[in-house]
Amino acid sequence: MFLEMKHLSKVYGGKKAVDDFNLDVKKGEFICFIGTSGSGKTTTMRMINRMLNPSSGSIKLEGKDVLKADPVKLRRRIGYVIQNVGLMPHMTIRDNITLVPKLLKWSDEKKNERAKEMIKMVELPEEYLDRYPSELSGGQQQRIGVVRALAADQDLILMDEPFGALDPITRESLQDFVQDLQQRLGKTVIFVTHDMDEALKLATRIVVMSHGKVIQVATPDEILRHPANEFVENLIGKDRLIQARPSITTVGQVMYNNAVSITPGRSLKEALKLMHEKRVDTLLVTDDSGILKGYVDIEQIDYNYNTATSVDDVMTRKVFYVYENSIIRDTVEKILKRGYKNVPVVDENKKLVGIVTRASLVDIVYDALWGEADTSTNEDSTKDNKGKDKVTSAKAGDGQA
Amino acid sequence: MINFIQQYGGQLLYKLWQHIYISGISLGLGILVAVPLGILLTRMKHGSGVIIEIASVLQTVPALALLAMMIPIFGIGALPAIVALFIYSLLPILRNTYLGIQGVDPSLKDAAKGMGMTNFQSIIKVELPMAVPVIMSGIRLSATYVIAWTALASYIGAGGLGDFIFNGLNLYRTDLILGGSIPVILLALLVDWLLGKLEVWLTPTTTSARA
Ligand SMILES: Nc1ncnc2c1ncn2[C@@H]1O[C@H](COP(=O)(O)OP(=O)(O)OP(=O)(O)O)[C@@H](O)[C@H]1O
Ligand SMILES: [Mg+2]
Repeated sequence: MFLEMKHLSKVYGGKKAVDDFNLDVKKGEFICFIGTSGSGKTTTMRMINRMLNPSSGSIKLEGKDVLKADPVKLRRRIGYVIQNVGLMPHMTIRDNITLVPKLLKWSDEKKNERAKEMIKMVELPEEYLDRYPSELSGGQQQRIGVVRALAADQDLILMDEPFGALDPITRESLQDFVQDLQQRLGKTVIFVTHDMDEALKLATRIVVMSHGKVIQVATPDEILRHPANEFVENLIGKDRLIQARPSITTVGQVMYNNAVSITPGRSLKEALKLMHEKRVDTLLVTDDSGILKGYVDIEQIDYNYNTATSVDDVMTRKVFYVYENSIIRDTVEKILKRGYKNVPVVDENKKLVGIVTRASLVDIVYDALWGEADTSTNEDSTKDNKGKDKVTSAKAGDGQA
Repeated sequence: MINFIQQYGGQLLYKLWQHIYISGISLGLGILVAVPLGILLTRMKHGSGVIIEIASVLQTVPALALLAMMIPIFGIGALPAIVALFIYSLLPILRNTYLGIQGVDPSLKDAAKGMGMTNFQSIIKVELPMAVPVIMSGIRLSATYVIAWTALASYIGAGGLGDFIFNGLNLYRTDLILGGSIPVILLALLVDWLLGKLEVWLTPTTTSARA
């Protein structure tokens, strides 16, 4: 286990700010702490990097007891984005970004390189490195605040309401930024927020807290489907609960399992024969272990029949696919928007498991509309739809297969 | 005027030098003690109030009385004067250092600690630079006091420009009184101006466009 917190408590003058907190965090997880003000989120988070010492309990990071570690060294290897950004106003953006690397005595060259890398990551021009924080907008400063916590290759990042006082648009783009960063770099993130939308969007698991106690720990889907009690329900809000219901069906439940596929090594003649046999005009291309690699359709074969020999020569490698466990609500829209006749379905390992065709879309749309009519009055269906996009966590990827 | 300088010029320079020497050492020691002490106070959970209080009480002792009190301990001359003036210089610097460091944006201190700075690094790299204007205004205040009161030090035989002033008072000689007090005023103004320059130089920049 990457991070283990056991029976953590923090007492302030007889009052328990955190009361018997238990949580195991796996590497690469995105954990959101959510709860009302004063519920102990910040206190819990700050015990992890020893900004506060627990009154009792234990914390282990990669198996080592955090409470026995040197707090200064510990903090240098844990990224920390504080609530008020806290950029040093008298240091340039470069120096702010490389604050921890400097404490770790990296060479100037390496620091400079990292600063450039980081500024690129937040999509700001390199010239900004020589600016001071006061010369950046609030949103830009918050971006810098986030990469400052990454610059020394920290594996664990703590973020305390990092996007507090921002307008919704900037906030959303920063959320996307952090989510992308976390997924791409495989960081483990502990994220404190007040905002359920934010938690549902970002978290792999949500920790709901109230009065220092953990009320529920669950994935966003689980929380929406089975809120532990009324407190959690209220935190989620009735609207979201209703919206969440019809989106439970996953792609895997409606797809056809009999996708016709072929390996790249086969000849075009074989491909044609297979198409004829199965009465299809498109074949999905997978490697020997079933991993989706692309597709080939009848036009490509027809067009190249005389010049090419194997499927590999003519196949299209860029293929739009959806994940088996993503939620149909989100997926339908993507498929319809792109106008594909059919879309391959893969599991987490990108192994081909089925196909969604236009015909099966009819079922999906029917199910979706029917589900909605069943749970809410129809009047606000367009607004509802938008809401649903937010709470579903369907991942649809398209890229080089 | 020219007459005065011709007659007393050499003596004036010598007394001026004594004046600078006494006030300079007092102030220097004051800074050396009060700044670290002020920082230390910000790290104390209890007792900082008491220490500031003691310093305030010392400040209320009349300057002449404090100077006189030094005589039984250190005799007469420059040494007791320096000790007394040093004590006087402490409070403004101590108080401003304490308030200056205390007043640094808590989120900056939090960030410094959270990024893994040691206590010392946080002070040197973050808190002191941010508190420069406040600390410097304490030092400037002390400097003005000390230069003015060094004139009194002549009373206990420390020398300095006060010698002119007290001689003038004894002999009813306005030229000697002015000849001593004008340089004191000019010195105080000059030092304040220089410290102002130093303050600007020490205050960290927060914008890239240097006007
Ligand atoms: N230094 C302290 N001394 C005494 N009580 C404290 C201290 N710090 C926090 N508390 C109390 O501990 C409880 C939890 O505080 P904490 O800051 O962890 O809440 P939070 O969930 O982060 O709230 P918010 O959402 O408002 O940031 C609160 O009741 C708070 O008043
Ligand atoms: Mg908080």
